[in-house]
Parts: sequence; C-alpha cells; structure tokens
Amino acid sequence: MTSAERVTAAISHQEPDRVPLFMTTTMHGARELDLPLKDYFTSSKNVIEGQVRLKEHYGGDFYYAVLYAAIEAEAFGQDVRWCDNGPATAGAPGIRNIEEIRSLEAPDPRTTPCLQRVLEVIAGLAERAAGETPVVGLVVSPFSLPIMQLGFERYLRLTYEHRDLFWQLMAINEAFCVAWAEAQIAAGASAIAYYDPASSPTVTAPAVFRETGLLIAKRTLSRIPAATAIHLASGRCLPILDELISTGTNMVSASAEEDLAETKARCAGRVTVVGDLNGLAMRRWTAEDAEAAVKSAIAAAGRGGGFILADNHGEIPWQVPDSVLEAVRDAVDRWGRYPLSWVDDEGD
Amino acid sequence: MGIAALPLADFEAALLGTDRVAAGRILEAVCALEQPLVAVEGLVAPVLERIGAGWERGEVALAQVYMSGLICEELVEEVLPASKHRRINSPRVALAVLDDYHMLGKRLVHSVLRAAGYEVLDCGRVEPEELIERVIAEQVDVVMLSVLMLPAALRVREVVLALPQHVRVAVGGAPFRLDPELYREVGADAMGRTASDALSILRSFAELAA
Ligand code: B12
Repeated sequence: MTSAERVTAAISHQEPDRVPLFMTTTMHGARELDLPLKDYFTSSKNVIEGQVRLKEHYGGDFYYAVLYAAIEAEAFGQDVRWCDNGPATAGAPGIRNIEEIRSLEAPDPRTTPCLQRVLEVIAGLAERAAGETPVVGLVVSPFSLPIMQLGFERYLRLTYEHRDLFWQLMAINEAFCVAWAEAQIAAGASAIAYYDPASSPTVTAPAVFRETGLLIAKRTLSRIPAATAIHLASGRCLPILDELISTGTNMVSASAEEDLAETKARCAGRVTVVGDLNGLAMRRWTAEDAEAAVKSAIAAAGRGGGFILADNHGEIPWQVPDSVLEAVRDAVDRWGRYPLSWVDDEGD
Repeated sequence: MGIAALPLADFEAALLGTDRVAAGRILEAVCALEQPLVAVEGLVAPVLERIGAGWERGEVALAQVYMSGLICEELVEEVLPASKHRRINSPRVALAVLDDYHMLGKRLVHSVLRAAGYEVLDCGRVEPEELIERVIAEQVDVVMLSVLMLPAALRVREVVLALPQHVRVAVGGAPFRLDPELYREVGADAMGRTASDALSILRSFAELAA
C-alpha cells in the first residue's frame, strides 16, 4: 500500500496493511539538512527537501507542511521570535488595545509573503508526493489564534467581559481561517489540521466551549473542502468528544493525559483517533521505551482501523534524538502490521 | 468560628461561577469574626487550592482558575490593609517568566500568592542574567519561574547554577507538567502542576528550613 492508501483506509475505519504513522517532525528537517532553524524555515525549498528526507529517514505516512503556528500571527503583522533549539514563537501581541478589533483586517493568504512560503511548500510536496503521500497543512482555529493576537490573559477577559468584540474578532478570524485553508487545499494539501487547543477542556470549560469554540468549529470546518483533523495540541478531549465529532471532522487528536483505549472506544466508526505519544517525555526515551510506548498505543487503539499513530501535540520537540524516532519507526513496522493478532493474544 | 465551619463549598461555588459579589459577601462575613489574615489562610488559600486541583483533574477550566484567582486577589487586597498583620513577607518570594511571551502561568501564580496574603516581587518577563541580579539585590529566598516552551524550561538550569545556594527554585508550566522528571534535570527544587501548588511548595520549603 502507498501511504495515501494506508491513511485513506484507516480514516474509512478499515484496517490497512499497517497502522499509519504521522511522524510529526517539523524542526528535524533542518537537522537532516544541517541548517540553522531560521535558515531552514525561511526557505520553502529547504522545507520541501527536509520533509522528503524525513519521510525517507523515518518512514512516516505523510508530508507535514507545517512551519510554525506563529506564522499566522506573523501574517497579521506580529513579530516572530526565532530560537536556535526550538520552534519560532509569537512575539508581543499584535492587538494592543481591544478597540483595534473593530478595524482589524485579515491578511490575504495569497499575497502575504510568509503564507506564500507555506503554499510553495505544499505545492512542492504535492508534486513530490504524486498522489502517493498525503500532504497535511495546518490552520490555527479562529478561537485559538487570539491567544497569540492578544496574549492569553487579555483574551480570557475579552471572552468574559466583551462578548460583542469577541464575536467581531471571531468573524474576522473565521473568514481568514477558511481562506487560508482553501489556499492550502488549492496548492495541493490533502488534509488540514485544525489546531484548536483553546477548545480543549485543558483551557476552556465545556459549557463555555459549547457556546463559543464549538459553534466556531462547526461553521469553519463545514466551509473547509477537505478532510480535517481537530487537533487540541495535547490538551484533553474526552469531556467534549461527542461535540468534536458533531462538527463533522474526520480526525481528533488524543491527549497523553487521557486513556487512549477509552478515546478510541468512543471514536470507533465515527472519527479517526490521532495520537498519543508524549513528545516531551520522548526526549529521555531509550529504544526500549519507544517500542513499549508504540506497542501500548497500538494495543489500545489499533484494532479496526480508525487510528493513526502520532505524537499527541502535533510536533516532536527538537531535543528528541534521531535514535528515538528511528526506534518509533521500527516499532510501528514490527507491531503495527494488520491483523493485530498479537493484541488479541496478549489480551486473552 | 472554627476552621471546620468556614464556608469553603459556598466560596468555591461563588468563585467557579465568577460571582464576585457573592464571594465578597462570604469573605466579609468570615472577616467579621476572624483576623483577615486568618480568614485568608483558612478560606481563600484552601479554596484556590481546591480549584487548582480541580483543573489538574480536568474538571475546572483554566478561565475559571484565572477568574477565581483574580477575584480573590482583589478581595484580599481590600481586606488585608485593615489587618494589623498585613502581608506575609517571609520568605521573600520572586516570580518571573523566562524567555517566552506567555505571561498567563505567572499571572495565575501571582494571583494565588497575593490572594493567600503573600508579598511578591514580580520580575516580569526576564533573561536569566537580569533575574539573578534582582534576586541577589532584593535578598530573595524563593524564586518561582513559569515557562511555556521546552527551550525556556531547559534554561532554568542557567538560573539555578548562578543563584546563591540558599535560594530555592520552584518551576511550573506545560513542559514540566508533561515531563515530570524535567524539573529535577534542570536542578529546580520543586515543580507545581497547577498555580495553587505554589502554596504547598512554600509550605514544604518552610518545613525543610525548620
Ligand atoms: C493552548 C496551547 C497553544 C495555543 C496558545 C499558546 C500560548 N499560550 O501562547 C496555540 C494554538 C497558539 C499554541 C501554539 C504553539 N504551541 Co502550544 N500549547 C497549548 C497547550 C494546549 C496549553 C498551553 C497553555 O497556554 N496553557 C495555559 C497555561 C496557563 O497553562 P500552563 O502554562 O501550563 O500553566 C499552568 C500550570 O502549568 C501552572 N504553572 C505555570 N507556571 C507555573 C509556575 C509555578 C511556580 C507554579 C507553581 C505553577 C505554574 O499553573 C497554570 C494553571 O494553573 C499546551 C499543551 C498542554 N497540554 O498544556 C501546548 C504547548 C504549550 N504548546 C507547545 C508548542 C511547542 C507550541 C508551538 C511552538 C507549536 C509550533 N511549532 O508552532 C506554538 C507556539 C505558540 C506561540 N505562542 O508562538 C508545547 C510547548 C513545549 C515544547 N514542545 O516546547 C506544548 C506544551 C505542547 C506539547 N505537549 O508539547 N499552543
């Protein structure tokens, strides 16, 4: 099976030849090319080459057209802070006074240089993929983006104290998010990760989520013409799982802080579970730890398809050694082949 | 009024419902019978710890943690100046964010400490060198650091190595919560999984010192 066939079978809730692996390496591409992170991420050519090499090296089942989440804040005019051993992050909030929301204008993805760079990456990867490997793009949800736009504290206050301005900001962000997803799909993305940790019960109370993040996700996702994954960036999902499924999304991320078997049982036949290796813990894994973690995730969630093995955050930290990623790759190859008869045997 | 009779559950419900007026009435009633600082230690601090534990279990949302901290901070600001004991200023506690543009973790810890009656030296978002200078100049006993990203968490080691030996360091933030061994690796003395853990950490430091 090609990676594309493998992933398609899994998200159709069938068992492919083996458990698909989304090796969510972004920064490791710079390591493959021996480049500083800033040089790597500011050139689409580098990222394309990096992703191709990462797939060869670690055998994952997708090309990950993700540079850094703060690129959307950058598109709105905010500073980005480069780091030589970690992801680029958003600098000081772009919206300094909430009144600015009234005149805020969203950038056009097709003419904003940093976003054009992502579109070039997607187009380049789609060409290399030739239909055999899914290319996954990313949008930060309209509901999560303001944490960067305003800073977290002011955003919390906005949601509590200025609902009118909150909804005004959501309208701007929703239009941007849809346009940004459409541009990525037009460039060749096969699926879009909808990065929405603000909706996770780790951040927002389920009752508040139901009248905010949920409505926004439903509206936004229904306008994105491709497969989507709601990604809570390692935040918890169980208390709002039914609502997440009701958005019509195809995939949901699982948190290492929750029980994977329970998440899978509740998703089976409805949405595909993506997860749930703990990337931060991976730093100190041995090859044996990696194998044990992969085995236990597959045992918990692999049967019947509807499962893609990945880390639980959507990005493996720079500090995770190559040897651990190789051990993950090998363990999926060893324990991920369908039918998973060893799971039944061990369960008996 | 015995500690057992303090209206913990009512106060917690008022805070979780972000009902500042109800929370204020409860605290005032307790202050009518107790020294303000006793009321703060017996009512406000334990309820914030319960709310923090609820967040840790996934039952309470961050926004509720934030709003309850804020409400308590304001209420305590109103009642404490009337107290002859004023604020707790021993040990001297400093609070800072390393590197990241992420002030919320620190904000939450600040609210909890102030609401529990502590004096706090807020250093804001700092580089390690600047923090170390201030800690020495202001004779700080306990440094509390909040981070969001892993590279910032790893930089805690620089701070620990440069501080005078007697200064204790407590850390918190997502990378520490999600990798429980990390705080020891960077040489910190304690790690908080939720903002209100700052209080139990200070208690444990005090016990160690005694
Ligand atoms: C919401 C979220 C987002 C949001 C907003 C992030 C933000 N604040 O800027 C968005 C979608 C924008 C986002 C983006 C990214 N994120 Co993010 N995100 C999260 C998530 C789900 C919650 C983080 C958060 O803000 N929580 C709220 C705050 C208040 O919680 P907290 O800091 O943990 O603090 C609590 C406790 O830890 C404690 N505490 C904190 N400090 C202290 C100090 C003391 C002394 C004590 C006692 C207690 C204490 O009290 C608080 C509550 O009680 C976490 C994962 C998770 N499960 O927590 C990832 C996480 C923080 N993200 C991460 C990353 C990497 C990113 C990105 C860099 C991804 C990328 N490559 O682009 C970007 C960068 C964003 C930016 N600012 O530029 C990583 C960071 C670790 C790492 N791998 O380096 C995390 C941990 C995910 C993971 N599992 O790896 N993210």
